[in-house]
Amino acid sequence: MNGDTFKINVEHLDFHYGDFFALEDISVGIRQYATTAFIGPSGCGKSTFLRCLNRMNDLIPETKVEGKITLDGNDIYAPDVDTASLRRRVGMIFQAPNPFPMSIYDNVAYGPRIHGTTNKAQLDEIVEKSLTRAALWKEVSGKLNTSGLALSGGQQQRLCIARVIAVDPEVLLMDEPCSAIDPTSIQKIEDLMDELKSKYTIVIVTHNMQQAARVSDWTAFFLAEHADRPAKLIEYDKTDTMFTNPSDKRTEDYITGRFG
Amino acid sequence: MSKRLANNIAISVLWVAAASTVFVLAWLLAYVVVKGLPALSWSFVTQWPTGVTASGGIFPTIVATVYVTAVGFVLVIPVAIGAAVYLAEYAASGRFVNVIRFAADSLASVPSIVFGLFGLAFFVYALGFKFSMLSGGLALSLMMLPLVMRTTEEAIRAVPQGYRLGSYGLGGSKWQTVRRVVLPAAAPRIATGIILAMGRAAGETAVVMFTAGMAINAPIFLTDPGRTMTSHLYVLAMEGISVKNAFGTALLLVGMILSFNLFARWMAGRRG
Repeated sequence: MNGDTFKINVEHLDFHYGDFFALEDISVGIRQYATTAFIGPSGCGKSTFLRCLNRMNDLIPETKVEGKITLDGNDIYAPDVDTASLRRRVGMIFQAPNPFPMSIYDNVAYGPRIHGTTNKAQLDEIVEKSLTRAALWKEVSGKLNTSGLALSGGQQQRLCIARVIAVDPEVLLMDEPCSAIDPTSIQKIEDLMDELKSKYTIVIVTHNMQQAARVSDWTAFFLAEHADRPAKLIEYDKTDTMFTNPSDKRTEDYITGRFG
Repeated sequence: MSKRLANNIAISVLWVAAASTVFVLAWLLAYVVVKGLPALSWSFVTQWPTGVTASGGIFPTIVATVYVTAVGFVLVIPVAIGAAVYLAEYAASGRFVNVIRFAADSLASVPSIVFGLFGLAFFVYALGFKFSMLSGGLALSLMMLPLVMRTTEEAIRAVPQGYRLGSYGLGGSKWQTVRRVVLPAAAPRIATGIILAMGRAAGETAVVMFTAGMAINAPIFLTDPGRTMTSHLYVLAMEGISVKNAFGTALLLVGMILSFNLFARWMAGRRG
């Protein structure tokens, strides 16, 4: 697509869950330091596609990936790739906030610790920096030793963002990060995404088209036209263009609320 | 008979059946308390049995009971938790897993006296550990194994999948995820299962009679023999030595096991 360099490049990806053919022939380039939104009706495979980008689908038995996905030009499905190092570079925020049942501090320090940081001063610094970047430091700086589970849903989701930032990833995958939290927190997370994209490459799955329009620079529209057929990438363009002047009739119908 | 009358009779019969559970427990406890309380005193707990009527206290049997249960506890934990982690986190469901589950269930249904006999033949004689805390603890750990293993496996399966995904998403390996997230999250339930199993072990008679021996002795080393409270109770009652002290021992034992169970319930209520 017009000669840009892509952080992640996907070519002709097919995805199967057992006998079920879920995604067919997806090709898409994800741009660095920008936010890309995946939209489409539920069940269209956008979350499945997101989980291909850091190989989280490997955890589900009997899944099959064909095609090619590269990160900075390197094939992430090559046999010598270590999924743990891949997931460290391509972090993930889940639909439901999932802080560990431990203190706020230990939640954020978890990633650095498993990757070998044991120095207390260094950990303190990472925890403060990550919570600050996730716009949560002011609210929790005085109670770092309380359980992460004691926070509100919106705070928990920002804690999960801080937890991912703490391992210094290059890409943030967000799987409907706002679907389980309150409107005020959604506003905070959207503001946060706007700041984070100067340093990270962000990919967000959302079923909320207004959100996609607000937060993303690029939008990809996925659709499975029949329940028993695999989903395809229908259209991929600049968000402004997609929402004002889509080139595919199906995109227009979806965006204007005619189905989905 | 009207429908309404039949209904009321059915409810009454079912209620009586349900209430009788509570009644049996209350009756049994009351009986043990009434018969055992006269024997209880500070010296009963702190002194050694003396004379042909075993008057005096039961101190060494309390030590042996606690000792042999603790040995069983220490021995069962690594094996039971290791097996449970393997089953719940690593093993893909298949033939081998089914075999392990079937083995655990079968082990749980083996009569305790058979564990005792096996312990006598294998630990006491074949391995030459003699009647000792070690032999008793080993035999008890075999008996506790399926119980601790199954409760631990259930505790691990009850840990929300989101915790695991969170760890994998940060680049955690399987082992890091299990050790740092899953096991701590499952710990209160695992502890509950272990405490219940210890209560069962402390109340076990047949297993320890055959393996820890019947010598009245306050064991210090693993190789020392010792008569547990349950074995002592058996001898006092069956040989007609002192029914009063048998009930005193029973009361103390029931009290210990009941507090184990209450502690386990408290642990279970604390989780989350």
